[in-house]
Amino acid sequence: MKSRKEEPAEPAVVIKGLRKRFGRQVVLGGIDLAVMPGETMAVLGRSGTGKSVLLKLLIRLQEPDSGSILIQGQEICSLGFRELNEVRKKIGFLFQQAALYDSLTVEDNVAFPLVRHSQLSDEERRRRVRELLSSVGMDKDLKKLPSEISGGMQKRVGLARALALNPEILLFDEPTAGLDPITASEIDSLISKLKAERKITSIVVTHDIHGARSFADRVVVLNDGRILTTGTFAELQKSSDPLITRFLSEAA
Amino acid sequence: MWAPLTAVVVASAFPMGLRGLGLWRDSALAATVISAIEWFGELGIFCSKLVRAVMTRPFEARELFRQMDAMGAQSLPLVSLAGAATGVVLSLQTRDSLTRFGGKSLLPAVVVFSLIKETGPIITGLVLSGRVGAGIGAELGSMKVTEQIDAMEASAVDPHKFLVATRVLACILTLPLLTLAADFCGIFMGWVTSTLTEPISLHLFLHNGFKNVAFGDFLPPTFKTAVFGLIIGVIACFQGMRTRGGTEGVGRAATSSVVLSSLFLILADVVLVRLILVVFSS
Repeated sequence: MKSRKEEPAEPAVVIKGLRKRFGRQVVLGGIDLAVMPGETMAVLGRSGTGKSVLLKLLIRLQEPDSGSILIQGQEICSLGFRELNEVRKKIGFLFQQAALYDSLTVEDNVAFPLVRHSQLSDEERRRRVRELLSSVGMDKDLKKLPSEISGGMQKRVGLARALALNPEILLFDEPTAGLDPITASEIDSLISKLKAERKITSIVVTHDIHGARSFADRVVVLNDGRILTTGTFAELQKSSDPLITRFLSEAA
Repeated sequence: MWAPLTAVVVASAFPMGLRGLGLWRDSALAATVISAIEWFGELGIFCSKLVRAVMTRPFEARELFRQMDAMGAQSLPLVSLAGAATGVVLSLQTRDSLTRFGGKSLLPAVVVFSLIKETGPIITGLVLSGRVGAGIGAELGSMKVTEQIDAMEASAVDPHKFLVATRVLACILTLPLLTLAADFCGIFMGWVTSTLTEPISLHLFLHNGFKNVAFGDFLPPTFKTAVFGLIIGVIACFQGMRTRGGTEGVGRAATSSVVLSSLFLILADVVLVRLILVVFSS
């Protein structure tokens, strides 16, 4: 990973003073973060520290209470419905449970964004869907419904759907949660492969520190809605902060 | 725009005013009133999103037809059965009553008028609010809790357009058609029941039944079911889309869709019947 001094490009994602609370519970208490283009950032933290909320705020699936979010230099908190959707087309989102549409087949799930946002003919679209699915190792079972495939396979299809519109930024919400270690490492390898092949900017929310080590350029550790630390794994390991050392040792 | 704003103002001012007067001691009652006002406010916001979704391109025709098939074609047997049973019961009950008052010859007219003016539409509405209302509430509710609706928004597709507008339109379009089916089955079974007791030809039954029926008796009650469809579609989609709390929330969404849509449907019927009488009485 190049250091930021050598990288003159504008950050792909900039978050400033982001706050969110549900009722009296403060979930995010002022987050400042910048993710550079092509960088893969892992957001680590225990359950309930606001990791998933942070990810959803980035495409305004939830509305922040205050703060600003810049995607490729564009402030999205004040955008109207249409402009926001234009930004969303540049971002792929892999949900924790894959969130495939129950009533659509694997093929139609991946085609869903393409049908609505691309000018491809039926034949071109079918070909593109097959390409996407084979890039995640799911070139069979195209006609099956999500309920007929395993959790790991659903995650792969979810990833293919997230990649459908050639996004410049990918957001992963617990990509390996609930999967067996072998499937989890396959998903981690897919994230590494994407990083190498497509140079996509990725933010991966996870509590799987081993996986994060394999693909992340930089790590952010969240605790109680605040950033505890940001840095590479090497920097993290040198930290003397008791919370960080505990987090690393208990996750190891 | 104004509905949510008014709701917020009333929601905050009303309990405070009562509290000031010393009338507001029961906090559970306060919570109920506030949540009811919030519900109407949220419904206002939801409807404004729905209107925007219906008015803007692209139109999700394929999904609309899929929903019309799921609601219309698949509800047809149930609605026909309900209509047929109503026809049988009407025929049996009115024969008994009319015989007592010496007006047995009016039986076909009573069965036909009763079915096309009120029984057919309301039975169809209530059957659909049970079958379709629960289905929509549970389907959208489970999509909400499994993040499928978030996934749709993340794909820059408006769920109010793809999921809500199509279902609401399908309800509006299919209900009048299903009402016709219920009316037809009811009248037919009314004749069957009647002719089993005292033989009468279908032609004569229909002639007697329909000879005083004007379009004003038939069209407004049939098309009022489009309003029933609107109510079922909007309430069920709204309850489904605001589901929270896992599978338990899905169950609550399905139940409340049926309960609230049936309730509003009956209330709307009262208003619509009065309105139709005023407009078409001449």
